[in-house]
Amino acid sequence: MGAVFALITVVAFVLVVYLGVGVAGLHFLFGVIIPYVAFFTFLIGMIYRVIEWARSPVPFRIVTTCGQQKSLSWVKRNPLESPYNNFEVALRMFLEVVFFRSLFRNLKAEIKGRNLIYGSYKWLWLFAILFHYSFFIILLRHFRFFAYPVPKVIDGLNQLDAFLHIGLPHFYITDALILAGLTFLFVRRLADPKLRYISLASDYLPLFMIYGLVISGILMRHFFKVDVVGVKELTMSLVHFSPKVPQGIGTIFFIHLFFISALMAYFPFSKLVHMLGVFLSPTRNLANNSRAKRHINPWNQPAKFKTYCEWQEIFYEQLVESGQPIDEDCPQVKERKKAEGAE
Amino acid sequence: MAKLPKPEELFDSIDWTPPETDWMDTPVEFQPGRWCYPAKKKVVEDLGFPNPREWSPADEDWKIPSNWREIVLEGMKERLEKYRSFKLFMDICVRCGACADKCHYFLGSGDPKNMPVLRAELMRSIYKGEFTLPGKIFGRLAGARKLTEEVIKEWFYYYYQCSECRRCSVFCPYGIDTCEVTMMGRELLHLLGININWILEPVRNCVYIGNHLGLQPHTVKENIEYLCWDIEEVTGLKIQPSFNRKGAEILFVAPSGDYFADPGIYTFMGYLVLFEYLGLDYTLSTYASEGGNFGLFTSHEMMQKINAKIYHEAERLGVKFIIGGECGHMWRVKHQYMDTVNGPAPSNLEVPKSPITGTVFEHAKSTKMIHICEFTADLIAHGKLELDPSRNDKYVVTFHDSCNPSRGMGFFEEPRFILKHVCNNFYDMPENTIREKTFCCGSGSGLNTDEFMDMRMRGGLPRANAVEYVHKKHGVNMLACICAIDRAALSTLMQYWVPEVGVCGVHELVANALVFPDEKTGKKKRTLDLRQQPLKPEDEENV
Ligand code: HEM
Ligand code: SF4
Ligand code: SF4
Repeated sequence: MGAVFALITVVAFVLVVYLGVGVAGLHFLFGVIIPYVAFFTFLIGMIYRVIEWARSPVPFRIVTTCGQQKSLSWVKRNPLESPYNNFEVALRMFLEVVFFRSLFRNLKAEIKGRNLIYGSYKWLWLFAILFHYSFFIILLRHFRFFAYPVPKVIDGLNQLDAFLHIGLPHFYITDALILAGLTFLFVRRLADPKLRYISLASDYLPLFMIYGLVISGILMRHFFKVDVVGVKELTMSLVHFSPKVPQGIGTIFFIHLFFISALMAYFPFSKLVHMLGVFLSPTRNLANNSRAKRHINPWNQPAKFKTYCEWQEIFYEQLVESGQPIDEDCPQVKERKKAEGAE
Repeated sequence: MAKLPKPEELFDSIDWTPPETDWMDTPVEFQPGRWCYPAKKKVVEDLGFPNPREWSPADEDWKIPSNWREIVLEGMKERLEKYRSFKLFMDICVRCGACADKCHYFLGSGDPKNMPVLRAELMRSIYKGEFTLPGKIFGRLAGARKLTEEVIKEWFYYYYQCSECRRCSVFCPYGIDTCEVTMMGRELLHLLGININWILEPVRNCVYIGNHLGLQPHTVKENIEYLCWDIEEVTGLKIQPSFNRKGAEILFVAPSGDYFADPGIYTFMGYLVLFEYLGLDYTLSTYASEGGNFGLFTSHEMMQKINAKIYHEAERLGVKFIIGGECGHMWRVKHQYMDTVNGPAPSNLEVPKSPITGTVFEHAKSTKMIHICEFTADLIAHGKLELDPSRNDKYVVTFHDSCNPSRGMGFFEEPRFILKHVCNNFYDMPENTIREKTFCCGSGSGLNTDEFMDMRMRGGLPRANAVEYVHKKHGVNMLACICAIDRAALSTLMQYWVPEVGVCGVHELVANALVFPDEKTGKKKRTLDLRQQPLKPEDEENV
């Protein structure tokens, strides 16, 4: 169901651009206004999200420890899975963000006869890495459209990515890898009954939008070749805030541009905010040193509880009879003594 | 109590395939043995919690206040503002499903709403539907729904089918901790007067009397004195621990289960024997007579309230530091919450320093409280204990990592180090079922009640199955653990799944192995273990 909805949405996107640009000729709307709106929605939206999260305090140090704590000096501890200071936390976070450390732990539970087995299952990790890194590299590559002159690094990256020298222009490896990644992520949502059960339309939609983005990009590069000079003219004009849409850029480019715009605008309102959220996760980004250093909760109130002296009053007889010491310093005891003396 | 199926039948009934209907269209169905009885009216009244009344989850009408919607939404809003964890975890889940088959309750029941991701989604859908714009506009497409009474019932059912074990959070790429969601869910339900007796009654007892069981101070002392007589039977030692003694060096706090229930009592005897051996200057408190804290399973405020008396008592008695017994959730509180909610520690407390070895426990320099296994491991490492591990030779031992010390402290090596020195036969369970990946006993977070037995045996299956594995492979017959709930819950679990395996605390085995000077010189001879069973099986000669 969700997948169908996502598919319809994405097809509708293509139709909208086709009608808007190809038929109605709304080049400025699709080439300038929508991209600007989307970009600023993304920027402001993401900043807003982070501020919103940051406004809620972290009352407790709820680290999820995945390795040995620091205790006795001779106990070999695990600084990466149970960091003790902020430097070690930074290392842990680095592993999480750059290598998807926790996803790497993944296991798959199976029932074999009357046994439960938990085998290693790294496919999700592998394809998630492929997907994210391809996305990242593709994004970097695109900077050649937004900078003049093109920085050497970006040029180098382009050449590296195309080193197979297949086709003309050369085919990028990351284009294939991201498709592989996307396909895995999509197929597994359909193939695994548990995943199909938990998947929402909003889980398929980003996948399909990125499919649309990637496929339109590949089509544009290899099949319906667009006027690259014209494209760069447009992108640079956007960068310089003097937007100008040159004539003769193919509709396919506007479809591509629309997909990235839609994705950017969608970002702050969706699960894609995980990209920044992961940095704020209190189970990962705190040191496991809560017995050595007091963690402050800004809304902490002193506890209201029954003090020893109040308690002693209630159980006075039992305490005396069972030979447990009475605390004479309690004001209640002093009063008791006074009352007894007065009698 | 519902009748349990036979273990094989139960196992074969497990099916992880979700139903045809979408989860939002699958109404919650209260299965026997999978929900706990509500708190008694009197208990709720005593605690001053909202809406005390007679009711049952089996009823159609739960008699919740008419403005329940506002109460819940207001409560959610407040908690979203107070807990970054809650807000963030509502926002960033990508439903990748990495956590799905990590929950023992899902593995044992196959109920899809026991997948951590869906358990959290039960709350997330309301968050989206009531608090976010895309959720309000796109509804179901964005995974949003509206808050209805049906949802409240679903929350009750599933937030009391989560043991707050945090195994899911180990595997989540963003560290999303469903335990946090469950905690919020339970707090919100309390606002409507929806709760369970097995948690709230101990909480009430703790608040008014001092411990979960409601043992009054003279009974606490009596119980412990009984244990001392038993120790005398076994060791010939006359132990007279002090109670509420001012000026002791150390305050020792244990979970009340340890001086009350079998087999916890043997662990408690173990502590006492060890302290006697060392001649330790310690005292017990009949006021702070509970190390455990069912407040943690109720609300953060209640956890704080119950915990407060520990520091209060340590201050009054003027001790230098605190040692805590073997207990799981107690240690989550002591390690991750105590200093924050009730700290800084009273000024008479000092950085814990072992009076025997001189070791300074730097890692506890702020809370001034150490785990007894840290204390004992240090003693062994310094050769301060004369141990005869062969005294535990009738046991082939494995170790259950309790959820809270594992994923809330990183407490893995200390107990293993001790076990390896006090018994000769130790085998760990398979790698993916221990340490940070350990499985819950199935009864954690206050769910260790009889009426919940079906779910307890199901949720405990992954743990039991791993025990069965080492039982078959290495002949393991003793499951050691460092948690009072475990000692009770695992006993029941083992009886059901692997009846050949017993359950004990680590310090029970320590005391068995501990050789007193008189025993060394041969003046005295130990023939019995703390359970008053022969140290060696019948056919062997006791030496
Ligand atoms: C930093 C640590 C990150 C981790 C551990 C992570 C992990 C994941 C995972 C597990 C998925 C789900 C795949 C699925 O089952 O559908 C996903 C999806 C996605 N991630 Fe990340 N991600 C991270 C950062 C980022 C960043 C920096 C971006 C920026 C572009 C990003 C963009 C996406 C997108 C666009 C998807 C969409 C695919 C989908 O919705 O399934 N992620 N990520
Ligand atoms: S592992 Fe984390 S992100 Fe993935 S479904 Fe579970 S809670 Fe969501
Ligand atoms: S905290 Fe434990 S019981 Fe709760 S959902 Fe996660 S794995 Fe399951």
